[in-house]
Amino acid sequence: MLRPRIIPILLIRNGGLVKTTRFADDKYVGDPINTVRLFNEKQVDEIVVLDIDATVRGREPDYQLIEDLAGECRMPLCYGGGVKTAAQVKRIISLGVEKVAISSAAIERPGLIGEIAAQVGRQSVVAVIDVKAAGLMRGNEVFTHNGKVRTGLDPLDLARRLVAEGAGEIVINSIDRDGTRTGYDLALIDTIAANITTPLTIVGGANSHDDMTSAIARYGVIGIGAGSLFVFKGRLRAVLVNYPDPDAKQKIYEAGLTMGGHAAP
Amino acid sequence: MIGIVDYGLGNVRAIANIYESLKVAHCLASTPDAIMAADRLILPGVGAFDGAMDSLSSSGLLDALNVKVRDAGCPVLGICVGMQMMARRSDEGQREGLGWVNGEVVHLASTQRSNAKIALPHMGWNDVQPKAGHRLFAGLDDARFYFLHTYCFRPLQDGLVIGETAYHGTFASAFSRGNVYGVQFHPEKSHHWGVRLLANFAGI
Repeated sequence: MLRPRIIPILLIRNGGLVKTTRFADDKYVGDPINTVRLFNEKQVDEIVVLDIDATVRGREPDYQLIEDLAGECRMPLCYGGGVKTAAQVKRIISLGVEKVAISSAAIERPGLIGEIAAQVGRQSVVAVIDVKAAGLMRGNEVFTHNGKVRTGLDPLDLARRLVAEGAGEIVINSIDRDGTRTGYDLALIDTIAANITTPLTIVGGANSHDDMTSAIARYGVIGIGAGSLFVFKGRLRAVLVNYPDPDAKQKIYEAGLTMGGHAAP
Repeated sequence: MIGIVDYGLGNVRAIANIYESLKVAHCLASTPDAIMAADRLILPGVGAFDGAMDSLSSSGLLDALNVKVRDAGCPVLGICVGMQMMARRSDEGQREGLGWVNGEVVHLASTQRSNAKIALPHMGWNDVQPKAGHRLFAGLDDARFYFLHTYCFRPLQDGLVIGETAYHGTFASAFSRGNVYGVQFHPEKSHHWGVRLLANFAGI
């Protein structure tokens, strides 16, 4: 049976791991390689590492760091940050990364996702969509550049476009929930999950194992991403790398499916 | 010495790190000489079929690999696209495969038996039902592995399949034919289950 994926989402700034709240207010979490080693021991399903400086500062991905991370990971790695061309994606894949995440470049350049998918296969192409309520009606809108640039795009319209172009996975990231630990934005996720069949990963707001169980109950086999939940403990945000152990993970899966989540046949 | 074929695709370092931790002699084989010196080979891969075949062709390793695998009978394990390249052809591309095994690579949707919408790529942790008693899966009756693919191997003769996986139907997630072994999943990214499988291959 294909299982839901429970995924720590790690953010890199100035070579260190940080965790943000609503895409700001960084708190230092630790060294990326050490943290990956800790997650190895915890047998995480998959890991996402996003360099949140690269695009904003207009610089290339840090290929040495990516290679070091990929060699260390005993689980699949998705890298994102500063990726703008198919050549960069090929280089990152050649360093041992399974999936590459694209965000602003895919939005700015229709066709880019398709170009990349043609070269590396769609299974390795992940489109990240950062969403925030905006405008007079507080409707959901896609943002780029760490939540600073409005695109005027509707999240579902964009998700459909990127899937049609060749994205193999959509990551929906709620800026409003980022770091708040107030639960996933189910209303936002509902609109996406009901309308695309490509694998979907959700991020933003996870606070507990119950949130993960509820997501499985609601969406079935889905990628369940979390940042703060897996790197902080307590209200004071003390750094403590954590992840459900194999028994706890099994319980999350089973409870989610018992509560109505659809397993893949 | 296990030669991990280094043609610019696939996670050679993660495989090397696992053999390092197992204290199994290994090297990254990026020259024909290194291929010829190995007594086992691993052909990794991530990406699309044609891109992988192009990379392998332009690496200058193809002749050495064919001699080693076809003529010298060296055990070889293909991973993901590395496995798919061992087949004759693929629905994903135009290039000819290596033809080391009598099979082809087809779209996963063609193996579907359910009426439900199939989410593709097939992405995440899934079970492999191994053929009873096969040495590659020793100690792995209850294992799960990480999959990331849209195409899969389809045998064109009986007796090749040594592992099956259910996803809206069933597909061949592992095969063996003589000295040639292939797995669709990523053992190098599948925690202790993958480590065990790579250890098993080292002992074959």
